[in-house]
Amino acid sequence: MDLTFNADETAFRNELRAWLAQNEPGDAPHGDEDAHYAWRRDWQRRLADGGWAAVHWPAEHGGRGATLTQSAIFYEELAAAGAPLPANVLGLLLAGPTIMTWGTPEQQERHLVPILTAEEIWCQGFSEPDAGSDLAALKTRAVKDGDEWVITGQKVWTSMAQYAKWCMLVARTDSDAPKKHQGLTYFLMDMEQDGVEIVPLKQITGESEFNELFLDGARVPDANVLGGVGNGWKVALTTLMNERSGLAFFLQVRMRQLLDGLIGEAAGRGLMDDPVVADKLGELHLRCEVLRLTAYRGLTAIETYGQPGPEGSLTKWMWSDTNQQLTQLAADILGPEALTAGAPWAFELLRARGNSIEGGTTEVLKNIVAERVLGLPRLK
Amino acid sequence: MHFDLTEDQKEIKRVARELLAARSSWARVREAAEAGAAYDQALWDELCALGWPGIAVAEEHGGQGLGAVELTVLLEELGYACAATPFLSVAAAAAAIQACGSDAQRARWLPRLASGEATAGIGTRALCADGVGAEVLVLLERPSGEAMLVTGADCAHLETIDPTRRYATVDGGAAEPLGTGGGAGAVAAADRIRAAISAEVVGIAQRALEMTLAYVKERRQFGVPVGAFQAVQNRCAQMLLDTESARSTALFAAWAADAAPERLPEAAALAAAAAADGGRSVTASAIQAHGGIGFTWEADVHWLYKRAQLDAALLGGARRHRATLASLAASRVARTANS
Repeated sequence: MDLTFNADETAFRNELRAWLAQNEPGDAPHGDEDAHYAWRRDWQRRLADGGWAAVHWPAEHGGRGATLTQSAIFYEELAAAGAPLPANVLGLLLAGPTIMTWGTPEQQERHLVPILTAEEIWCQGFSEPDAGSDLAALKTRAVKDGDEWVITGQKVWTSMAQYAKWCMLVARTDSDAPKKHQGLTYFLMDMEQDGVEIVPLKQITGESEFNELFLDGARVPDANVLGGVGNGWKVALTTLMNERSGLAFFLQVRMRQLLDGLIGEAAGRGLMDDPVVADKLGELHLRCEVLRLTAYRGLTAIETYGQPGPEGSLTKWMWSDTNQQLTQLAADILGPEALTAGAPWAFELLRARGNSIEGGTTEVLKNIVAERVLGLPRLK
Repeated sequence: MHFDLTEDQKEIKRVARELLAARSSWARVREAAEAGAAYDQALWDELCALGWPGIAVAEEHGGQGLGAVELTVLLEELGYACAATPFLSVAAAAAAIQACGSDAQRARWLPRLASGEATAGIGTRALCADGVGAEVLVLLERPSGEAMLVTGADCAHLETIDPTRRYATVDGGAAEPLGTGGGAGAVAAADRIRAAISAEVVGIAQRALEMTLAYVKERRQFGVPVGAFQAVQNRCAQMLLDTESARSTALFAAWAADAAPERLPEAAALAAAAAADGGRSVTASAIQAHGGIGFTWEADVHWLYKRAQLDAALLGGARRHRATLASLAASRVARTANS
């Protein structure tokens, strides 16, 4: 057991820190989502120029071939520097690796570089109104017409659709398949066409990170099928398996910063002597550390066994739960100040409610833990 | 970064699991418990012959010369077996004296503890595990946090709800700080004792989880295994989360004890806070998930619940460790703000 970083990892961290010190992202624009997104897009261009946009990608595709631990270090340092996630995070984390796994040489040639440079933004067209946690129940249909596919249906919770050039779209190409996860196909769909309508969804924060996507006769050429017709479930799983690996470290550092901020607020109000407040802050500190340690255990498990251990399924659940407790405690400590419209803590409080829903609800994560980690039977 | 046991440590774990499965079945634990914490002398002799009590004691003092991580591995397995032996008290005291004690304290106690000729007690005057018959006690009750070595005390048997271990109250005796010079060494010794108790709790929680999983897969109601019901599944998932949280922090504390002593105060508080509450809640869930059977004397999960309660008491409860964590975090935040 060795919880120190080796020479390569330390060199990686030092090089990144030095680069970040020379390339500060500057202050985030407030109150204007488009300006905020433009800031993140510009930030990704600078990361790409410095060779830092996709450290986990292989060098042949413009990455650094970083190990999982180095990738974790990248996200820790990014968060520690107060930098945002790159604008094309879905392209970098999901679309890129999926295209590398399943794409033809032509598809890789066409798509990977614009993902890296944020020239072309990607969104993810998986969830539907009646297919959330139960993804395989999706109804969006793709019908062959010559050498094109015609897409009809509705997608929802599509982050960044308003900025996206491309969509990772899963649609049903064979409604007669005996099982619902058969007969699906994964498409690379151009968002800039008449058959695609984007309607922003206003969230409880007042922001619109998500959209509804109405697809009415949208067309996708044969050449943009990824991984073969009827193979969409497997390709989608590749995308989903990538979803929670690197981000955990970014989110964990951000939560630590939030907690440190709250401890500062509590100390400033003389509340560290209040045993109830101290107890709750101590518990949050424990949870933050458990999250950090467990995430590192998970990395070692993947590096050793090629797959995540039981830890992997637990961290997202624990993170969302902890972030909700933290922001709720902030409301107790700061009082109305944390509930004032536009206050950062008010935003965090409301935004945290989404944490246990996005990227797999806590309920589904518990089911996954019960069935796949603990081997408990499924109710027929 | 390699946050897992080494191959050698996994081998120690495997050997310990097999040996204890053979020598310390539930039938043996029950026998010892029902006779009023009558320790299994044959098992203890065997563990001593294998050198387990001195696993973290230097070879010059008759130990195995291994570290806190190896000790943690054995403690987890002894906890998993809920074995009726004084292993925790003796091995934890020996490891703390090895790491923090003065030369005189090491020379006086380590050879006898490592060989099993002498036993030790750990805890407080109000609750001391294995105090009766022990030649030396390591007591953790000073507000300033130092561990004290106490000899010649008057120990009275204390019958607790956990008859798989002997407990005592302590009166009188001669006390000296464990270690030399200022209090830092003796405070670190106390941290090591708590890290050791936390490691045992990980094994207790792991066993409770495994027994529960086996039971809910087997037990059928409404025509299906009860483990197919989501309410039961969610409970089991929570048990895993609590067990793994305790494991992550216990391993961190063991690693810090060996390799990064400056991080031990925080790591030990993390481990103690996670274990004190986690052990109780996982073992309570085990009883609940076993249904009516879980509430009977015959179903062995209650031994784990009882041990977890007493271990939480030996740790001083989770709350004081959360207070320590809050105060450590506040100091760090204040330092960062001033720098």
